[in-house]
Amino acid sequence: MRIRIAALAATALLAACSSGPTGPASTGPVTAEGTDDGSELTLWTRAPLELQANALVEAYNKAHKNQVKLTIVPNDDYVAKVGAAAGSGDLPDLFAADIVYVPNWTKAGLFSDLSERIGLLPYADKINKGHVDAGTYEGRKYVLPFVLDLSVMFWNKDLYREAGLDPEKGPTTLDEFKAQAQAVQRLGKPDTYGTYFGGNCGGCGVFTWFPMIWAGGDDVMNEDGTESLLDGPAAQKVYATWRELQAAGAIAPGSKDETGATWVAAFQEGKIGVMPYPATLLPTASKTVDVGVGPIPGATGGGATFLGGDGIGISKDSAKGDQAWNFLAWLTSEAAQKDVLAAGKSTVARTDLADPANPVDQVAAAPQSRTPFAVNFQQAFNAPGSPWVTLFRNQVYGDPAALESDNDAVTAVLGR
Amino acid sequence: MNRGGWAYATPTALFVGVFFVVPILLVGRMSISDWGLFAGDRGVNVPANFTSAIDDRLFWPAVWFTVKYTVVTTVILLGLALGLALLVQESNRWTGFLRTSFLVPGALGLASASLLFYALYSHLPGILGTPGRALWSTVGLVVWRFAGFYMLLLLVGLQGIGGDVYEAARLDGADRRQTFRHITLPLLRPSLALCTILCVTGSMLAFDQFYILTKGGPDNSTITIVQLVYTMAFGGQNDLGRAAALSILVLLVLLAVNIVQFRGLREKA
Repeated sequence: MRIRIAALAATALLAACSSGPTGPASTGPVTAEGTDDGSELTLWTRAPLELQANALVEAYNKAHKNQVKLTIVPNDDYVAKVGAAAGSGDLPDLFAADIVYVPNWTKAGLFSDLSERIGLLPYADKINKGHVDAGTYEGRKYVLPFVLDLSVMFWNKDLYREAGLDPEKGPTTLDEFKAQAQAVQRLGKPDTYGTYFGGNCGGCGVFTWFPMIWAGGDDVMNEDGTESLLDGPAAQKVYATWRELQAAGAIAPGSKDETGATWVAAFQEGKIGVMPYPATLLPTASKTVDVGVGPIPGATGGGATFLGGDGIGISKDSAKGDQAWNFLAWLTSEAAQKDVLAAGKSTVARTDLADPANPVDQVAAAPQSRTPFAVNFQQAFNAPGSPWVTLFRNQVYGDPAALESDNDAVTAVLGR
Repeated sequence: MNRGGWAYATPTALFVGVFFVVPILLVGRMSISDWGLFAGDRGVNVPANFTSAIDDRLFWPAVWFTVKYTVVTTVILLGLALGLALLVQESNRWTGFLRTSFLVPGALGLASASLLFYALYSHLPGILGTPGRALWSTVGLVVWRFAGFYMLLLLVGLQGIGGDVYEAARLDGADRRQTFRHITLPLLRPSLALCTILCVTGSMLAFDQFYILTKGGPDNSTITIVQLVYTMAFGGQNDLGRAAALSILVLLVLLAVNIVQFRGLREKA
């Protein structure tokens, strides 16, 4: 605790005032490529994206005079570290942020205005719209996609074969999802369950359940992100599906107290039939399991994904705006997107580079797929003890009649 | 004081100043300011910080849980530590081994120990699943981690009691129970009081173990007051002013509790 108090104190010591939108520090005319003059750039990101961040930085450093120095921060400490650095004016040149936190951080003035530079990119209108929109505040663009993390449905083809299901066909509706999970459960194999979810993890619920609502064309919040719509009929169908699976014993028992630290583990151990899963982990999961991949279905069909992952921008404190922009321009180029990200089985962030044969790229381009936007997103959904966690736990394990008041509690935080 | 004396005192004074006085003043200033994590100081905001901290929907549950946890931990930990200390009091081949094995968990940081138990518990589904089980699982971890440390403190106290006192009691015909009740316990009082102060203070500031093991769950049943401070500062509210106000309240309560305890310690010692 002493360290955290010191961090608080450090933040206090040198807190800076936020000001209006300003572009990054620049020494010459603004260009589409920026400057590659052998500067050292610092970049922060959080641990879940370590694999992609390392690959990107390594490829950039090999091909450029500029050298990026990467710092990986544990997921849970990232906000605190960025907050302390923002207060003392010590933010790195470049830093990534969970895309759902980006609206809050752009509003707080942590990023430099990139509107002019982004406009110079020939492929500006092809960059993933969900991320760019999340990084737009009062008409100015601050953020580009760093790594996309999409939620998709994963199923274990071996368990599907054993259960007499078609291993090439995943669920296309919520009822099929339920039926297929139960079919795997009925195998009665020891330690093997139909499905799994982060039962005490707000971020997991957002990532895996919101697409089930979007897939049918419904929404989870109003457009400004100030009002929760999580009590609608589509949402209720999602809750009912999980509640019935829970009642049928088809959800692994570890789910109920899963805080998110190990929610992807059981599937990789081959113990789970079918579950919504982060697409970035496909290479890892494929090492141990024969994985089927498809979009997350809605109540009556359709498919969607959560366009998650991290956005990246140039910090307000960077004195090397032109050099930092050189990295960002390269990051969105074909060289980085195809030869580094796509080659490493990650999702590309440009629609013109998407592979039509790749189911993940396809669902990323689906009109129902979104990045939700709300300034108070973290507090309403991701934070431990958030009203959203209370809501879905009541829906699955507790008293479902509390939905209306639980939904009001989410709205109360969103609209604050 | 002469110049040499000042020179000796300076390092400590500097240390206390930089790591204790300055942070406390800053937290005090934050607690009366509208102070955002990213936005910095936006002017005076008192008493709104304090009222909004107390009005938080998790404030009273957190206070209640922290008190419950403190009582449970202190009683179990000190009882067990006293038992262990008595067990290994005599010096021989076996007690040397026992003492060491009781002390070893204390060499591990609390966060590392929590991660160790998190891994252990993840193979036992449901052990963190209900409010009661989550509390007892965490108490189990804390007892494992700290029992050896308090045993050591009590052992020092036990060995400070002269053999002649016990001999006199034996000559007076006291049995083991009487000796324990009327010799050991009263003479051990300063050590017990010290352990109680350390244990109560530590438990009221509990954070790491719950942050790692339960994240305050299930259903917000294991949120301690310091976790609430952390959530207010970094969990999306990003409100350092409100978090600092709550920290100041915790500090005041701790001061009051410690004053009472020290008074008790002095009277009898």
